[in-house]
This record gives sequence, C-alpha cells and structure tokens, in this order.
Amino acid sequence: MPLLETRNLTKHFGGLMAVFELDLEIEAGEIVSLIGPNGAGKTTVFNLITGLYLPDGGDILLEGRSLMGLQPHQITALGVARTFQTLRIFTNMTVLENVMVAQHCRTKAGMWPAIFRLPGFRREEERIRQKAIERLSFFGTRLVGYRFDQLAYSLSYANRRRLEVARAMATDPKLLLLDEPTAGMNPHETREMTGLIGRLRDEMGYTILCIEHDMKVVQGISDRVVALDYGQKIAEGTHDQVADNERVIEAYLGRKAKGGADAPG
Amino acid sequence: MSTDFNHIGTDEWVAQEEARLREAEAAGRLSFRLRRAWDRIDPRLRLLAGLALAALVPLVVHNDYHLRVAGFTGLFISLSLGLNVVAGFAGLLDLGYVAFYGIGAYGYAMLASPHFDQHWPFWLVLPLVALVSALFGLLLGSPSLRLRGDYLAIVTLGFGQIAGILFLNLDRVKLPFLHLEKPLNITGGPNGIIKIDDITILGYAFDNVTRYYYLILVFTGLILIAIYHLDRSRIGRAWRAVREDELAAQAMGVDIRRLKLLAFSVGAGVAGATGVIFAAWQGAVFPPNFDVTILIILYSMVVLGGVGTIWGAVSGGLILSILPELLRNPEMARFIFYGTLILGGLLVFRHRKLRGLALLSGVILWGLAIKALLTWLRPEWLTQPEIPPSVARSFYAPLVKALNWWMVHPQNSQTVGNAAFVLALGLLLVAYRFKARFGYILWVPALYALTFVWETRLVQEPSITRMLIFGALLVLMMNYRPQGLFGQRRVQRQ
Repeated sequence: MPLLETRNLTKHFGGLMAVFELDLEIEAGEIVSLIGPNGAGKTTVFNLITGLYLPDGGDILLEGRSLMGLQPHQITALGVARTFQTLRIFTNMTVLENVMVAQHCRTKAGMWPAIFRLPGFRREEERIRQKAIERLSFFGTRLVGYRFDQLAYSLSYANRRRLEVARAMATDPKLLLLDEPTAGMNPHETREMTGLIGRLRDEMGYTILCIEHDMKVVQGISDRVVALDYGQKIAEGTHDQVADNERVIEAYLGRKAKGGADAPG
Repeated sequence: MSTDFNHIGTDEWVAQEEARLREAEAAGRLSFRLRRAWDRIDPRLRLLAGLALAALVPLVVHNDYHLRVAGFTGLFISLSLGLNVVAGFAGLLDLGYVAFYGIGAYGYAMLASPHFDQHWPFWLVLPLVALVSALFGLLLGSPSLRLRGDYLAIVTLGFGQIAGILFLNLDRVKLPFLHLEKPLNITGGPNGIIKIDDITILGYAFDNVTRYYYLILVFTGLILIAIYHLDRSRIGRAWRAVREDELAAQAMGVDIRRLKLLAFSVGAGVAGATGVIFAAWQGAVFPPNFDVTILIILYSMVVLGGVGTIWGAVSGGLILSILPELLRNPEMARFIFYGTLILGGLLVFRHRKLRGLALLSGVILWGLAIKALLTWLRPEWLTQPEIPPSVARSFYAPLVKALNWWMVHPQNSQTVGNAAFVLALGLLLVAYRFKARFGYILWVPALYALTFVWETRLVQEPSITRMLIFGALLVLMMNYRPQGLFGQRRVQRQ
C-alpha cells in the first residue's frame, strides 16, 4: 500500500481550478519531487494534504486511511509534517522552543501536571528538550549551543530554513512535505541542503515529497518526479524522463518558436 | 569555508563562540557577574523573597486605609496575571475579562450571604465558583474561536457589557412557568448584595484588614507560581505558538481551538477566584465594581508592565495601584508631576542634552519674566497662597515654597486656569506642527502654560489628575518603550 495516495484530487477557488483530478502515489521510503511553473498548484496540493484546505473532490489516503475532513493538527499527529514556502517560524520564540513546540502532538502533559510539576510532567519535559536538541544537532553546529536560547528572528535566512526543517522533524512524521527548501539559497547552501534531504531519508527514514524549482536539486535527490501545470499532472517518471518530456518543456519555456529548446534547468 | 558538504556546520566562528562567551564572562565586570548570579537564582525563590518582603508591610503600615490599598494591589496583581494569560500568552484580545471577576464575586455573594440565606464554606465555594467562572470563559470562547483581532475584541466587549447589564437588572426576574408570588431577585440589582460572610478557614475567621491582606498575599503568590509553571510548560509554549502564527502552529500539531478555550478558561477561572476573595473582603458587591473602568485599568496594568510577561503584570499592578494613592496628597502629586516632567525631558533630550538644558532655563526665565511683569503692571490680579503649617514642616516644603514663589497665582484661579489649559493645548499643537522651524521656541510658553494649569487647577482635584497622569504615563511609555517595562520587543512575521 502506498504511504500517501491522492485520488482524483480536485480543488477550485471560485472559477479558478487550482488542482484538477490529481492522482498521486508515494511509496514509503521514496523521495518524490513535485515540479511545475509557479501557479501550477503545487503548494495547493500541500495545503490539501495537510488539511488547510478542504478538497472539492477526490480523496487523500495516508496508509489507506482517508484524511478528508480532518483538522490540520490531527493530520500532523497521523504523521504528515511540512515546511512552508514563505517560512513560518515562530519569530519571537527561541530556537529551542520552536522545535519543542512541534512535539505538542506527541506529548500529553496537561494543565494540572504542569501547574503541580508532577514527576511525569518533568520527565516528559526533559524528553522533549532532548529530542529537540537531537533534531537541531542534525544540522551540525549551526543551530546548537548558545543558539538554543536565541530568539528565532535573529537567525539568518538559511538558518531559518534549517530551523523550519528541524521543527517539522520534531513532529516525528512518516511523510515530510518540503516546500521549496532551497529557495533563496546560494549554490553552497543548496548543495548542503541537497545532501541533507538525502540524509533525512537515509538516516531518519522519512518519506519525502519535495516541491522544487532548482533542477539540479531535483536531479540530485529524486527517485521520481511529478510535473504539474495548471493543476494537472502532465508528466511522471525519473528526472531524465520528465526533463525531456515535451509538455514539461512547454510549461516552463513556452511553445517552441523555432529550432530546439533547452531542457529545463 | 569548506565546499565539501560532509562538513556541515563547521563554521569556525560558530565552533569557537561558546568558548569566547565563557571567556568574556570570566573576565567580566562586577555588574555583569552580579547580573548573571541574579539571573541564576530560580525565579520562584525570587518570588518567595518578594512575598516575604510584602509580608512585612502590615508591620510597617498601621493605617487601615493604606492596608486596604495594599490588599487591592494584591487583588489587581492577581487579576492582571489572569488577564496576562488570555491576552499575553495566547494573544487573545479579551475585553470582557472583568465580567468573570464579577461572576466570581456574585457567585460567592449568592452562596455565602443572607441574600439567599446560603452560607457555604469557603473551601467549597472557591473551587466551585472558579470552575463556574471558567465554564463561562468557555462560553465566551467557543463562538469566538474563529475571530481575530478587532472582531474578537468587539465580541468579548459585548460579553462584558451584557454581564454588567445582567448584574444590574437581574433583580426582578419573572419566570412564567414557575408561578412565583413575586419576581426573583438574583443579583440584587443596583443595590447589590450586602452582608457577605467573612471567609473562615478551619475556624480561623478573616475579619479585619490585616488578615485579609495576608490571605490575599498567599492567594496571589499561589496564582503567580501556578501561572509561572504554566508558562514554562508544553501548554505555555503552545500558547505562544498560537499567538505567533496560528497557521504554523496548527501545521505543527497544535490544536488551536483547544488551547484558545483553555486560555479563556484559565483567565476566567483566575478572575473568578479573585472575585470570591474580593466579595468576602468588601462584604458587599455592586454592579459598578465590575464595569469597563476596571477593565481599562487592568489592561493599562498589563500593557504598562509588558504584555505576555509575568513580572510585567506584577509591576504594572503595583505601579498603577500605588500611584493614584500617592497622587491623593497634593504635595506628593506635585513631586510626582515634576519628577515625571523631568524624567520625560531626560528621555526626550537624552541625545541633545544642551537643547534640554536650554529649554529648562527658558521655561524658568519665562516664568520669572511673567511674574515680574504682572506684579509690576497688575498686582491686583494676583494672590500669594498660604502654605499650611503641616506642609511647611514636611519633606516637600522646599519644593512647594520654590514653586509658590516662581508661579503666578491668579485671583479667580478657575476661569484663568481653564483658559490656560486651552492655551497650553493650542501652543503644544502648534509647536508640534511647526516642529522643524520655530516649534521648539513655542515649547517654552507651552510648558509654562502646562505647569500653570497644573498648579492652579489640577493639583487640587486628584480625581481628574489621576486619570490625566495615567494617560500621560501611558503615552510616554508607549512612545519610548512600547513593549512595556518588562516586555520583549516583538518582531512581526517577516
């Protein structure tokens, strides 16, 4: 059974058809890239999967279980985590707290154990802290040590992106949705992030669905690539297959005028 | 910088930062080390020390009135803490908060007074009424879950107003299906509920101000610790995440509906419990005790101290409870007024000290000039006020004498004072409008007119003065330190 499956997924905003009858299957342990021009509906697909939007048609199944109608936090508890294209870290909380909050759905200490500082509460807090430190250590020494107690707005852009991935990791997901993880990064940072995404699958065992524009990254990480345009799937396959697909080239570069067009990326 | 991505995060500077920080600390100045030592003391121990100090107050203050002020300070601090949970931690603008205070007070009043002839024991009523209050908090929160910002404010304000109206009018309740001989009197209407039982715990009756003061002290201390524990827990973090970015919080597994409801309930519960103690202490409850004025004062306390911080709520409560009392005494009020002017001047001119000095000397000279002119031309317009002997002996004597000598005192202080008020405002407006050109010069007569108004009209009328000082304090504060005394500068989502 595929880890994630969408069947005939459809979403429209008034007259605008954002996603149209999308069939997607992601097996456990895969890294799948979702590509397409801006406005193709990629982030909308993420929003649909994570429950921020209600689909107008079709279904989304996680390990065979339908996600329709579930609240976003319930979907996260089931094992789907995401990062945001426009970076939504908690700017006025510390780095460590950002990651600790993400474990909210995996912990259960309520109000009264917190007020009376019961032993169960204390143990859980320590576990939360250790897990957060672990997740942040995944990124080397960039986000550790004195960085723990720094407020998140003091981080540089690349560090914020890493923080957001660490935060998503702290929810202990099965499926990790990365929305343009290398946007705005220079080539060195992009290479680093590419390696990180591989490590996320190899070391942490996450299945990854990644929206990406940078074709080198797509080539470097993907087992499979799915291309969208105007809300519809126009190609699927390995990177090389998709990159040579005529419809994909047309979507990115427009219709051929004269002579040959280069492959995207 | 290594280009091999196997060496993630091997930035040399980052790797050495910890060592550098430790070195700096070891070599640090005494003030730096003292500060670190202070920060290392568990905040709960600090609280204990503060409480111990506060416990000494009745030993030093023997005036019953002052003890009442101290008690009210404690109540207000407790209320501010509860409000801080809703509006500070969770970021929900709850303008109906004072209604829960009233629900708690009326709850106790109905269960422990001759009104319904119920005399339930304190240990039972307190948790029960707090729970009921928390349930009302849920009632307010549930329909408001999707509202943000202004809309939430309006709905909660409506709730608060409705509660006030109910307190005022539920004394003639007709229930047609229960054939009663006369209408039900639930809340006592405008006359409120009186002769409320004193609190007795294990046979020990709290029947004078000092005993209530200690009860309030312990109560506030417990609330403080509970809220401190809540803040530094999974729930506190989740609240802050909801305040920061609801969408991202949801995506990270936080059930925002539950947390918002929890925030409303906890805030309401704290307010309800405080209401119980208030009702028992005052011995009576009336609708005006829970109106919008109290809400505004509470919000001022929280905002002044720093929204979202516990010490902010405490300090705000302290300042805004004690200050009005200090202002009752005209001499003390003068002291505070001029002190604030000087402080304000220091703040405004901290980078342009010369200009500040020039302004100060300008005002003093201007005052002297006016006095000289009027004394020479129209001495019959002026009087010289008497200084009562009690003041002449007090601490403020030099200040009062100097001010009386420097300032002109017109015969009919009311009309001239009022005119001067209008003139002062006009001058301030023009001075602001023409800031870049001759505005600065106009500050001299403007400040003089302001001081004139103060001396002739405001000093003697503490009720107006109090509100004006609140306003001025808040305006100053919000301009120079918008995050409040203990607040943290919050960065908008970038």
